[in-house]
Amino acid sequence: MKHSNSLLRVIRITLATMLFTAVTLLLLGAGWRLNLWLSWVAKLQFLPALMALNAGVLAGLIVLTLIFGRLYCSVICPLGVMQDIFGWLGKKQKKNRYSYSPEKRWLRYSVLAVFAVCVIVGFAPVTTLLAPYSAYGRIVNSLFRPLYDLLGNALAAVDAQQNWYVFSEAELWMRSVTTFVVALLTLGILAVLAWRNGRTYCNTICPVGTILSLFARFSLLRVQLDKSKCKNCSLCERNCKAAAIDYKAGTVDYTRCVACGDCLTQCKHGALGYKTASLTDRFADRRQTAGADREKTADAVDTGRRAMLTGAVVMAGTAAMAQAKIKVDGGLAAIEDKQAPVRHTPIVPPGALSARHMQKHCTACQLCVSACKNNVLRPSTDLMRLMQPEMSFERGYCRPECTDCSQVCPTGAIQPITVEQKTGIHVGHAVWIADNCVPVSKGDQCGACARHCPTLAIQMVNYTTADGRTVQVPAIDNERCIGCGKCEHLCPSRPLSAIYVEGNVVQHVG
Amino acid sequence: MNRREFIKHSSAAVAGTSLLLTACGKQSAVSGQQSAVGDEPSAGKMTYRTNPNTGDKVSLLGFGMMRLPVEAGGTEREHPDSPIDQTAVNEMVDYALAHGVNFFDTSPAYCQGNSEKVTGIALSRHPRSNYYISTKLSNFSPDSWKREESQAMFERSLRYLQTDYVDYLLLHSIGGGRDALATFNGRYIDNGILDWLVEQKQKGRIRNLGFSYHGDVRIFDMLLRWHDEGKYHWDFVLIELNYVDWNYANEINPRNTDASYLYGELHKRGIPANVMEPLLGGRLAKQPTPILHEMKKMDINATPAEWAFRFAGTPEGILTVLSGMTYIEHLQENCRTYSPLRPVTPDENAMLMRLAEQIVGMKAVPCTACNYCMPCPYGLNIPIIFSYYNNCLAEELMPIADGSEDREFRKARRRWLLGYDRAVEPARQADHCIGCNHCIPHCPQRIDIPAEMQRIDSFVEQLKQG
Repeated sequence: MKHSNSLLRVIRITLATMLFTAVTLLLLGAGWRLNLWLSWVAKLQFLPALMALNAGVLAGLIVLTLIFGRLYCSVICPLGVMQDIFGWLGKKQKKNRYSYSPEKRWLRYSVLAVFAVCVIVGFAPVTTLLAPYSAYGRIVNSLFRPLYDLLGNALAAVDAQQNWYVFSEAELWMRSVTTFVVALLTLGILAVLAWRNGRTYCNTICPVGTILSLFARFSLLRVQLDKSKCKNCSLCERNCKAAAIDYKAGTVDYTRCVACGDCLTQCKHGALGYKTASLTDRFADRRQTAGADREKTADAVDTGRRAMLTGAVVMAGTAAMAQAKIKVDGGLAAIEDKQAPVRHTPIVPPGALSARHMQKHCTACQLCVSACKNNVLRPSTDLMRLMQPEMSFERGYCRPECTDCSQVCPTGAIQPITVEQKTGIHVGHAVWIADNCVPVSKGDQCGACARHCPTLAIQMVNYTTADGRTVQVPAIDNERCIGCGKCEHLCPSRPLSAIYVEGNVVQHVG
Repeated sequence: MNRREFIKHSSAAVAGTSLLLTACGKQSAVSGQQSAVGDEPSAGKMTYRTNPNTGDKVSLLGFGMMRLPVEAGGTEREHPDSPIDQTAVNEMVDYALAHGVNFFDTSPAYCQGNSEKVTGIALSRHPRSNYYISTKLSNFSPDSWKREESQAMFERSLRYLQTDYVDYLLLHSIGGGRDALATFNGRYIDNGILDWLVEQKQKGRIRNLGFSYHGDVRIFDMLLRWHDEGKYHWDFVLIELNYVDWNYANEINPRNTDASYLYGELHKRGIPANVMEPLLGGRLAKQPTPILHEMKKMDINATPAEWAFRFAGTPEGILTVLSGMTYIEHLQENCRTYSPLRPVTPDENAMLMRLAEQIVGMKAVPCTACNYCMPCPYGLNIPIIFSYYNNCLAEELMPIADGSEDREFRKARRRWLLGYDRAVEPARQADHCIGCNHCIPHCPQRIDIPAEMQRIDSFVEQLKQG
């Protein structure tokens, strides 16, 4: 009995480790197309599958929950596994630190209701903030990826000496301060919560946790406490990170149990087992509200701590910004950094259909941002599209041979497209600013935009400047322009380009 | 010993050694190899050609005094402020004379104007009759087009070279300038300088009068027409000749004309041709691996430079092949190649023509990384882009998509693109060239830099999309 109990836990931990590693590598934008191979891991995630209306995955996850309980939260959800890591560290510091607390039902269902409304009306800031997988995605992309890239760059430096031609250098840059701050806050809060109380977030805030608990309460396999064998040692309760076991009442709250199996290995008396339950048991009311006055919930995070964390994050953010200045070599002309123009309509990647579609379907997991090799995608800072991806061309442009973002997107916010389809998707159109244009402003002959345009949408035509010179400037055929941003990126005018892409409200096709 | 005696003496020497040379040639044909690199060339075996106008016996190797060593090391290209290393020049001149080289070519323009002086110092240590001096009327700047200025330039040459006559005098680089005819007329006709030079020749201050040619072929043709009409007589002409320029001069640089044409026009008139650029600015001395492989299959000991010199020296109408030598090792190797010359056989010639085709097909950029074009106002790192591209050509690292070796192609492509990013930071790569053309007038090689940038960029673009 004891043996099989620990085996269950070992299997859970092994599976969780594998999936967690895979999803982390995916979100890090691992090289050699590994991230494209691993993109199925993200597609297993509940909310992305819901957004993508991926019925197969949703049905599979519900069946999984109906059989095993909230195993999803212990194995598949990377945010859950991440909290388990913090919890494990917390338990090293102080053993047997948890205790039962009653379910904060009103809180769970209110959050779920708000979340559902936001999904339906497409109010992105709330949806994206609450989505657990996406929260983890932002943590990885904003906080871990720079470290991963630093490691990669160190290897690339060695590579450059040894001529392996395996590791390439990645450009390190702050894609969005807001997203960085949100990620840091999320990590900080969850680390503290998980360290002290285990799965508080999952059992009070997380909308996926709440949805799954609706099914988990009827699960076939469940942790059962045999009161006749129980010696009231309380070890099971004090090791339940979900605060779901009430040893005195002999009950387990199956809406909050994440089927981790930690309790099973704690019981010395064989009173606990992960067993099938009879139909009557499964439909009986399993929530006895014993020990009502036990505390420790999500509310335990006091506002003072939150404020302190925010302060620290803001400081870290400004420090990172100050470092981003680039040093240039001596013998070469200095190159001023490009500045993003003000775009009235955001540009979303080819396959995203429209900014509205993006806003409704994206959970801001940053997977596409990780996958973008050309440094085009970055999280938006616009409140209504907060942390959702948008395109800009200061560091690169949308290369014709790349469809990586559309391949990895788990929510269907960016529909999968082929390279051929991409040539006919017009994400935006180019706009010319005469005053910035080098032939006008400096008198130098140019034509970089026309020469580089992949769809031949730009022609150089004569133009008379205010001081009477005749120069060649670009004339744009918007019917041909696909908005790839190559002209904007390669325009010699700095910091603002003389030609830039304005997004199309709905992507034109054909 | 006066000049006449010297000529007699040297022709006797040539006649005397010719039997030996033939024997030697046969021997090497049997053993299938030339003296190995590092061997001391035997003095007295140099091949000589006879100038039909004066009977001069000119060594097939001519010493070009334009890449002379400087004290700081290398040439003035690397160290523009460093003075020429007179000791090293003296040593090389002594060595050259000892090994049969008797033709020294300089110009008032070479080595920031110091070449003639240095050459004069080195040569004046030897009897004047032991060598031929060749210099030029390098009146490039319109300020020096004035008759008096041009005359002063010639007189200065004599003074610097410590002599009262020049054996070979050239109108320097005809065919250049935006309007080649106007430039030619300005430099030599309108000021009456050409006629004045003819007078100097009649006075014996110039023994042979000729011209060097680059660029507009109409001027070349015009001067030969004058020769045919008897208007002016050209004793020799200096042309660019090597196994690539033979048929592909135009492909390498649209302003140039195939050496086979130039040589053919001279040869049929009996005008001796002097050769410059036998190594195409040094490019033929450093060959890409596949080319080197072909050459080594033909002769395991021969160096690429040796092949180039043998080719340039083979046509009978060539009087001398000029080589701008910086190090004594260059001089030794070239002396070896021409002591004596083994003319290229028809088979060898066919191989070189095949290789020339390959070299031209590689489309290397004839950039010497002189950096004059820098800094590019739009931040490009022009010389490094070219050197990366050329190196990949030379090292056979160009990814070639032939469909069959997909994996190999991908690997080569990754390597190429990664190497490109490492050599040149992305914001300074070829795609950022806007074609402002500021660089073009600065390039001494007359490379159309913006056009080359576009060519390289479209290659990169193909790689990225392929």
